[in-house]
Amino acid sequence: MDGWFGFQVIWDNIEHFMIGRYPNGPIGGLALTLWLAVVSCGLSIIIGIVLGLLCVSQNRFIKYPVLTVVNCIRGIPLLMVIFWMYFLLPAFMGGVVPESWTVIAALTVFTSAYMSQIVQAGIEAIPRGQMEAGLSTGLSRTHVMVFIILPQALRNMIPSFVNQLVSLIKDTSLAFIVGVAELTHVATQVNNRTMIYPAQIFLFIAVIYFILCFMLTSYSRWLEQRLAYRKAI
Amino acid sequence: MFTYQFDWSVVLTGQYAQWIVDGIKVTIQLSVVSIVLSFMMGLLIAVMRMSQVAPIRGFAHGYLEFIRNTPLLVQIFFWYFGSYQILPKVVNDWLNARDFEFAAAVIALTIYTSAFIAEDIRSGIRSIPKEQMEAARSSGFSYLRSMQYIILPQAVRITIPPLISQFLNLTKNSSLAMTIGVAELTYQARQVESYTFRGFEAFTAATLVYLSLSLIITGLVTLYDKKVLSPTGMK
Repeated sequence: MDGWFGFQVIWDNIEHFMIGRYPNGPIGGLALTLWLAVVSCGLSIIIGIVLGLLCVSQNRFIKYPVLTVVNCIRGIPLLMVIFWMYFLLPAFMGGVVPESWTVIAALTVFTSAYMSQIVQAGIEAIPRGQMEAGLSTGLSRTHVMVFIILPQALRNMIPSFVNQLVSLIKDTSLAFIVGVAELTHVATQVNNRTMIYPAQIFLFIAVIYFILCFMLTSYSRWLEQRLAYRKAI
Repeated sequence: MFTYQFDWSVVLTGQYAQWIVDGIKVTIQLSVVSIVLSFMMGLLIAVMRMSQVAPIRGFAHGYLEFIRNTPLLVQIFFWYFGSYQILPKVVNDWLNARDFEFAAAVIALTIYTSAFIAEDIRSGIRSIPKEQMEAARSSGFSYLRSMQYIILPQAVRITIPPLISQFLNLTKNSSLAMTIGVAELTYQARQVESYTFRGFEAFTAATLVYLSLSLIITGLVTLYDKKVLSPTGMK
């Protein structure tokens, strides 16, 4: 056994790690991880904004049910959401749903709940005077929200959205559980095949995740500083 | 389209109910052991991160960034599959003679959570005015003693709400231990599902348990804020 110096195994399987069995089979590996993260992020930003707006609604028959659902989702592990989707989606869609879409649905539902909290906090951080000024110029509440409050709030939320994307990239590793061939799943496959280099393999994919997530985290910190600077002037 | 006969007796009585209860016990054990260890480790890392010595500070910084930016699942696999390459043989033999899966899960969860706790503690420490440190130092305490007697007791009080939230996250994250075969709640729910084909009932039961755990924990934070922090004017 060559212990720590078995990194050759990474190089031998590098293509598998990056794109899975593509072009001879479905795409996988890092490419699939990115695809899952980006699609779920896009969807959950949209759903998160809608839910966030409903959470600040003045109609309490809208506000409290939505808040309850959001808090319930935040109270359970992502793994549970994935299992729920695994059972519920085929039952509701009446057929077989590809595993990758099960995972995208679960990640979207889970992350939307967190996104809605970001949106809610962002809207509440905009001074009340803006709403009052908007209303007194004759706009309706909805119009003030959509054209005046939301655009300003969204700009402040961008760093938090980027942080959520980082969490999403880390969370895509759970797709492993329903057999989606993303990076972590590929790593376990390679590990099962080679048997004697687990530390090297998992350290390697940890480094890949780290590079991706660290770049995004640094970007979000930079954005935050720039926003703070802009606000200061 | 949705014709499913619910049969709650599966998860409420008999052997399968016992499995769920066993799962809850393991989940709580796993979370409690890991939170205690991660608190100690987080405290150590937080103090290292604020050290005057650059290499120690740098090491702690690197540790924090690396752990926080890698998925927990990968870390669990790393310790579970890779431990025989990394840990000394004595430790591995000792662990193998006991519950190795549980130990690997505890190691991974502790390391992962300690990084988040360290950041919480650090922001708690930074919220104490630095004049307190200066006053302590000028009355003759060493750096470590001022930390121990003046700064940390105050910082810990402020840090308790975020720490409790970390405990909640840890409880939820402990569900990942099922991937390496620790028989905690999610694992048992899945087990019940595969023995009885009663997935809805099993996962509803597990979901409700997680929900009540998080409700209790969130309630505790609110209570602490009201009863302890607000009267002292620290909030």
